[in-house]
Amino acid sequence: MQKCELAIVGGGPAGLAAALKAREMGLEEIYLLERDNFLGGQLVKQTHQFFGSHKQFAGIRGIDIAEIFKDKLEDRPEIKVLKGTVAQGYYEDDVLGYSCRNKFFKLKPERTILATGASEKMLSFPNNDLPGIYGAGAVQTLMNQYGIIPGEKILMIGAGNIGLIVAYQLLQAGIEVEAVIEATGRIGGYAVHASKVRRAGIPILTHHTIKGARGEEEVEAAIIQEIDEDWQPVSGTEQEMEIDTICLAVGLTPKVDLAIQAGCQMAYVAELGGDVPVRDENLQTSNPRVYTAGDSAGIEEATAAILEGELAAVAAAADIIPESSAIDRERTEIKEKLADLRRGPVGEHIRRGLTRVRRNQNAGRDRYTRSWKS
Amino acid sequence: MRIKDHPILEFKRGEKITFSYNGKKITAYPGETIASALHAAGIRKLTHSQKHQRPRGFFCAIGNCSSCLMVVDGEPNVKTCVVEVEEGMVVQEQQGKGDLSAKV
Repeated sequence: MQKCELAIVGGGPAGLAAALKAREMGLEEIYLLERDNFLGGQLVKQTHQFFGSHKQFAGIRGIDIAEIFKDKLEDRPEIKVLKGTVAQGYYEDDVLGYSCRNKFFKLKPERTILATGASEKMLSFPNNDLPGIYGAGAVQTLMNQYGIIPGEKILMIGAGNIGLIVAYQLLQAGIEVEAVIEATGRIGGYAVHASKVRRAGIPILTHHTIKGARGEEEVEAAIIQEIDEDWQPVSGTEQEMEIDTICLAVGLTPKVDLAIQAGCQMAYVAELGGDVPVRDENLQTSNPRVYTAGDSAGIEEATAAILEGELAAVAAAADIIPESSAIDRERTEIKEKLADLRRGPVGEHIRRGLTRVRRNQNAGRDRYTRSWKS
Repeated sequence: MRIKDHPILEFKRGEKITFSYNGKKITAYPGETIASALHAAGIRKLTHSQKHQRPRGFFCAIGNCSSCLMVVDGEPNVKTCVVEVEEGMVVQEQQGKGDLSAKV
């Protein structure tokens, strides 16, 4: 069986940053597993410019960040990058099984960083399974990655950053957006994105929800309705909207299958998007061989994922090679950058979620951990 | 439909290729996934639910939701949202759970 120092699962922002940082810290046997045939994860469809207090990638489009990482990886051919490779399972003896072109392989890493990302949340309403009802990410994939129009008249559900950004990207692709509806009383996304959407003449309807979809073979209409402060429908406010596509931007949930298999203690933390591995401040889970980073550790955004990937890589490197002043300095620097990024009112819910998951205080119960690891 | 002009992105499409879907010829470009090429041809219903036979399209487009499984060159349960289309591919809507013994 192949052995290595570090395996990283996921070639998105967290995984790419982890691979490069681990090499920089002196690790020599690094495997990066990516299920797609391309690297970059969700960055490959982010056409908007990143911003935030953190200077690193502010003003650069996600698609360009992916290219920067790919170029850097090309200069590091010693990192083994396996594309089109699915990590199938993490076994009791800390063996990572993966498949590539219908063949199964086993890998025994000393440390593993799980950077598997997230999946989009669904919303319950009648006929929500009709073709033409997509996650916002799916719409981005179709139009920004493959250049294909997902539909002609869109209803966007959710006015967080993703809902607003994708609504604007739909306009850029020449597609009509009928409205953005939002169940809460406030627009969750940044004002700069909301005003772009509004300037284009698209109404953002707060206190509105979807009551149902209509259609035979595909979605043909959406029934939306106003709801009050107690989330109760306001009678007489129902309206039917003729659309051919409904786009759900109602949040993401971490992909934690491998963490559960690795026996990591889990906790339900709403602020982080669902069930996440409990970990310490260096992102080490309760399985000391396993680290977590990026959206699979808790839903945040790409800049945070990059920094978390780096932090996990530095910590994993410190487990394997003797602690040096370089490692120490690096760890402190990354933590400062993360704290900086999460400062202020925007980072409040993330800070609350992280406090809960780190100390495992007031977090929901662990629904997964199996007896063999405890 | 395919996007032609975009303020930020440039889509470099290569030589046209063709594949078949339920016996019908569909045009695609290299690098497109099977499901995205079908979308470009106006086909959004990719499969149906097992029990109630309700029409289904994909939800996630990145290989998570398994709502786009089709029979490709005789192999069932192919995630068409992540598998790239190839010249001459034979794509069919899947009936039932798919027979895994049909092709090794």
